[in-house]
Amino acid sequence: MINIIASLLMLGGLIFFLCGSIGLLRLPDLYSRLHALTKADNLGLGLLLTGLALYQQDLLFALKLVLIWLAVLAASSASAYLIAQHARRQETGQ
Amino acid sequence: MPELLFVCLIGLMLSLLLGLIRVLRGPEAGDRMLAAQLIGTTGVGILLLLSLLFNQPALTDVALILALLAAVAAAAFSGQQQVSNND
Repeated sequence: MINIIASLLMLGGLIFFLCGSIGLLRLPDLYSRLHALTKADNLGLGLLLTGLALYQQDLLFALKLVLIWLAVLAASSASAYLIAQHARRQETGQ
Repeated sequence: MPELLFVCLIGLMLSLLLGLIRVLRGPEAGDRMLAAQLIGTTGVGILLLLSLLFNQPALTDVALILALLAAVAAAAFSGQQQVSNND
C-alpha cells in the first residue's frame, strides 16, 4: 500500500518536472518562464522527495530530504526574485 | 519497485535535456540562468534517486550541497550584472 502511494507521488513529481521544463521551452517571455520553473522546483521536487522518503522508510533519511527540500525552496525563491529584478532593470534601462 | 526509480531517473534526464535546449537558445542571460536553476534542481533529484538505486548514502550529502549552492549561483549572476552596469 505504502509502495503504491510512494510510486504515485514520485510519478506526480516527475510529471511536474516535465511540465516545468516543457514550459521553460515553450512559454514566450522570461516572467512566464519563471512561473513554469517554480512549479518544477517546489512542487516537483517536493512530491519526488516525499515519494522517496515513503519508499525508503528511514527517519534520518526523511529528515535529510526535508532539509534538502527547504534548501531548494529558499534557493529557488531567492534566485527567482534576483532574476526577475535583473530582467526588470534591463527592461526599464537602468 | 527499482524499475520505477529507473523510470523517474530517465524522466528527470529528459527534463535536463529540455533545460539544456533552453540554455542553447535562450535569448538573454536571464533565460540561461533560469535553465541553470532547473538543471540544478533536476540534478538534486537525480542524485537522490541514484543514492537509493546504488545504495550510496553519501550521494544525499552531495545533493544537499548542490541545493545549498544553487542560491549562490543566482546571487553571483545578479551581483556581477550590477557591477558591469556600474562601469
